[in-house]
Amino acid sequence: MRAVLRHPLFRNSAVLAGGGILLLLVLIALLAPLLSQTDPTAIAPRFRLKPPSEDFLMGTDKLGRDVATRALYGARVSLLVSICVAAIAISVGLVIGLVSGYIRWLDGPIMRTMDGLMAIPGILLAIALVSLSGSSLLTVIVAIVVPEIPRVARLVRGVVLSIREEPYVEAAIGLGTPVYRILIQHILPNTIAPLIVQGTYICASAILVEAILSFLGAGLSSEIPTWGNIIADGRDVFQRAPWIILFPGGFLAATILAVNILGDGLRDTLDPRMKKRLGA
Amino acid sequence: MLRLILSRLMAAIPVMGVVAIFVFLMLRLSPGDPAAILAGDAATPEAIAAIRASLGLDQPIWQQFVTWIGELAQGDLGRSVLSKQPVTHMIADRIEPTISLAIVTLLFSVIVAVPMGIVAAWKQGSLLDRGIMALSVAGFSIPVFVLGYILIYVFSIRLDLLPVQGFTPIGEGLWPFLQNLILPTLALSFIYIALFARITRAAMLEVLGEDYIRTAHAKGLPDRVVLTRHALRNAAVPIVSVIGIGFALLIGGVVITETVFNIPGLGRLVVDAVLARDYPIIQGIILLFSGIYVLINLAIDITYVLLDPRIRY
Repeated sequence: MRAVLRHPLFRNSAVLAGGGILLLLVLIALLAPLLSQTDPTAIAPRFRLKPPSEDFLMGTDKLGRDVATRALYGARVSLLVSICVAAIAISVGLVIGLVSGYIRWLDGPIMRTMDGLMAIPGILLAIALVSLSGSSLLTVIVAIVVPEIPRVARLVRGVVLSIREEPYVEAAIGLGTPVYRILIQHILPNTIAPLIVQGTYICASAILVEAILSFLGAGLSSEIPTWGNIIADGRDVFQRAPWIILFPGGFLAATILAVNILGDGLRDTLDPRMKKRLGA
Repeated sequence: MLRLILSRLMAAIPVMGVVAIFVFLMLRLSPGDPAAILAGDAATPEAIAAIRASLGLDQPIWQQFVTWIGELAQGDLGRSVLSKQPVTHMIADRIEPTISLAIVTLLFSVIVAVPMGIVAAWKQGSLLDRGIMALSVAGFSIPVFVLGYILIYVFSIRLDLLPVQGFTPIGEGLWPFLQNLILPTLALSFIYIALFARITRAAMLEVLGEDYIRTAHAKGLPDRVVLTRHALRNAAVPIVSVIGIGFALLIGGVVITETVFNIPGLGRLVVDAVLARDYPIIQGIILLFSGIYVLINLAIDITYVLLDPRIRY
């Protein structure tokens, strides 16, 4: 345990700051029912559009629902979606990238397909996918995953192309090692560091896209308290009740900021080549 | 030069082909039956069958694809299911606000961000540099719709300086046009300023370590001349390529900004079409935006050669 804590990761201030805020958010998400006794979907017409006060820390929305409680529960959806999206996008992109980088005759067709997929604006692709297949947690996750896959596949393919020329890979080929073992034992480990970094950025972008989908009305059902849905609910009463948008918006921005800072810290400690290229 | 343009155009064709196939498959293979969705909940099986036939959905899929590609090649994007108007006309009606917002945002971001990046690289490690970099991390994190509402709250509601929402065509005067565009541009620019400033700084830092920069300083040239004439020119290629990537992101941002500021552009059109499940409009706008993206990347490839004579294709 001591040795793990002495890793440079735990001395990087960006990793500590970003990770700390995220840990707090995970706790908020897990403990939401304990932090607020109110039901996030309870409608109370008597308390419509109340400004922030002692009773309602972040005010109430046009149905009298407590914005603070809804924002706490919104953290659950955001974190769940982002973790699922990152895991699926990384796994699928990894397989595509490995195959494309290592099996030469498949490289052309796969990468052209990825180019085509990248040419479609991600947000449009996601809202179209959700609107076509109905809004459920699964379709929202798939819709956010699809535009992310080409980026992961390209990253992995780049690593494969540079590693496969290394003498130890050539030695393994010379010894007659089967392709799958070369991929898993020699090439896969080299993709882990860049993928952890990329995965963090995917989390940030997934939180954002989920909120955008909800905000545009093309995300999860409007009854589910997500940050995007709360903000969308506040749109038409924004001039009278700006708190409905500003508080969840703050949660959203703070979360994405924390994930981005964590990503920058991970990049600097795990992937020094990347750091040099960005001059950061 | 002509050969370069032609070869790049040829390379763009398969990409557009993949986009077209993907959009086609996405619309045909999605789980819901489009005819049933269009007909509504109370429709009889006969009504659904009639709609299916009118959309050509009862034919084999390869035949549908051939018909569809044929129409597409003639610039026919079909008709809106709801308004029955040709999609191309609807796009033409709504394109001005979107293009205005995109171009003004791109220009504004480049004008603000490139000098910021140059200064940050020049004064590397200083408080100014750190400030600019911190601002850039913030720019990546504040969603455009949150920033948009904060700007509306401060400038329109509290200070009452600018109109809350809406759009005025440039034909009705430059000031009314700009007045409505200031807040959306500010909201949308923030992330591009962050992106461009970061890349400009990185590209400049790389170049500033070169020998010819030291020589230029040793000759006694003022910093301003070294930075712009010697350094910026050589740092231009990565900067231009990121501006291209920025454009792709810009399309997503425009859709959201138009919703926040109630701008009647293509973004609003596509969001309304999604909510109403008006597929011809959705596919038309996706194809249009993807085509623009491919063309912009083509233009960037050509700019590379103009900027850096060492690059040959």
